[in-house]
Amino acid sequence: MRELSPVPPDALAVEARDLRKEFVRKDRKRGKRRVPALADVSLTLERGECVAILGQNGSGKSTLVRLLSTLLLPDGGSATVFGYDVVRDGKAVRRLVNRVSVEASFFKKMSPSENLHYASRFYGMTPSETTERIPMILERVGFPSDRRGEPMENLSRGMQQKVALARALLTSPVLLLLDEPTTGLDPRSKLEVQDFIREMRAEHDSTILLCTHDLGEAESLAERVGILDAGRLLALEPAADLKARFAAETLEEAFFAATGRGFEDEQDELDAEERKVLA
Amino acid sequence: MRAVALSLRHELIGLAGVVERNVYLTRRYIYWDVAFFVWTVANTLTIVFIAEGIEATGGQIDVERATTTLLIGAVVWAYLGIIFEFLTETVAWERWEGTIEYTFMAPLSRAMHLGGSGVFAVLYGLVRAILLLMVVAAFFGLAFDDANFIAALVVLVVASISFFGIGMMTAVLPLISPEKGAQLGFVAQGMLLVVSGVYYPVDVLPQWMQWLATISPATYALEGIRAAILDGDPLSSMWPQIWPLIVIGVASIPLGLAIFNRGEVYAKRHGKLKRSG
Repeated sequence: MRELSPVPPDALAVEARDLRKEFVRKDRKRGKRRVPALADVSLTLERGECVAILGQNGSGKSTLVRLLSTLLLPDGGSATVFGYDVVRDGKAVRRLVNRVSVEASFFKKMSPSENLHYASRFYGMTPSETTERIPMILERVGFPSDRRGEPMENLSRGMQQKVALARALLTSPVLLLLDEPTTGLDPRSKLEVQDFIREMRAEHDSTILLCTHDLGEAESLAERVGILDAGRLLALEPAADLKARFAAETLEEAFFAATGRGFEDEQDELDAEERKVLA
Repeated sequence: MRAVALSLRHELIGLAGVVERNVYLTRRYIYWDVAFFVWTVANTLTIVFIAEGIEATGGQIDVERATTTLLIGAVVWAYLGIIFEFLTETVAWERWEGTIEYTFMAPLSRAMHLGGSGVFAVLYGLVRAILLLMVVAAFFGLAFDDANFIAALVVLVVASISFFGIGMMTAVLPLISPEKGAQLGFVAQGMLLVVSGVYYPVDVLPQWMQWLATISPATYALEGIRAAILDGDPLSSMWPQIWPLIVIGVASIPLGLAIFNRGEVYAKRHGKLKRSG
């Protein structure tokens, strides 16, 4: 894949400038209106870096991940992945990126092995390349070998998430977008996934953008932590600097100081405008 | 040059991946396929019995010829339904399973993605169509003494290119409307059913519908297949049916792809790729 999308040695892994995305909302009272999901977000990720983005539900984290993975088109600003523009060079970006999201997302009747085989073809991998590689990767993520042939629907969420990690690893992405990969997992599965993320960074030179709810996870995995609130990136710096800036002892306190809200409060991505009016 | 060859190789492997996935799914849902096949046989019998019904109620017809004519219509219709179903489900099924975002963020061109669905649909549809023809023909004791099956098969395969192009246009519907798009695909299929002479000659249609029949690939497919099976016409005499099918196919595939690409841009602009819509 990298032969077709060579990675320039001096390019930033991610560079977003004033990135903006709006969605249309219709309601009876106010009719049709555009509300921002991401508002002029600028950020950079160095090659090999892990950056965590913290935000409540609906703060714009998934929108950011979708824009970088070419699943959404921005309404303003620009974003590049290793120098390739996410709009103009979509295919080149897709060769370099993979994603693990909160939902494992597989064909439920098909087995882990079948799901991985067909998915790897989309990245140009032949059966001779995947026949040995898939069992190896499944073993590496700690997936039991005797369950490779079972339908996905019979597997626990933790196991499905391991298969999702294996799918991402299979394509050797240079940028890995992790959108709440441990949400809903039991503590043991969560630790296993976190260990695996560390391993991927160490062995694969992957750059990681981690969107998470888990403050401890962000602090332990990432070099820098960002706070995204109502589509705006309020801060992006090392966790220690963030705590110092807001005179906070914990990331949760820093988050509260930055946003004026508790971390567990729900936010509707499309209600950003309404909140601004009420503030 | 090497990069182009490598890119093409990756695209073809991706196309094979879509076929491979549909083989896995067909294997996993094989009992459902058997059930749907039984339903198709029952549906076809209902249509084909009409010929005997006309004679029983005093009509003067060549029952065997009318039975075969209706059977060919039902088989081609079932085949067309499979092609449309697979192409429309390329998006609808993935949306339902939640895999759509993973497929659309893979470095596979949409032509190969849809092409993989089309190739599998043609292979699967041909198997189902041949089985359906054999089962119902055996039921009615049809001999097909003069039939030229090779010519009929060639016409059906050539027609598949056009069906595939139109199928791509309907495949975009679930992308634009996650809730109702798949059902809208049946509207396009129904339009072809009305104007293409599936169960009656197009001559009986009003003039404006006959004009629509001239741009429907199913019209030429049915004419050619009926001439081959009923009268044993050789392939060499089928040019009047084959050239319009080639023209419609050559026009409909780029058009279908362009429409799908426009739909994809719309979906990415409005956030319609998300599973929840």
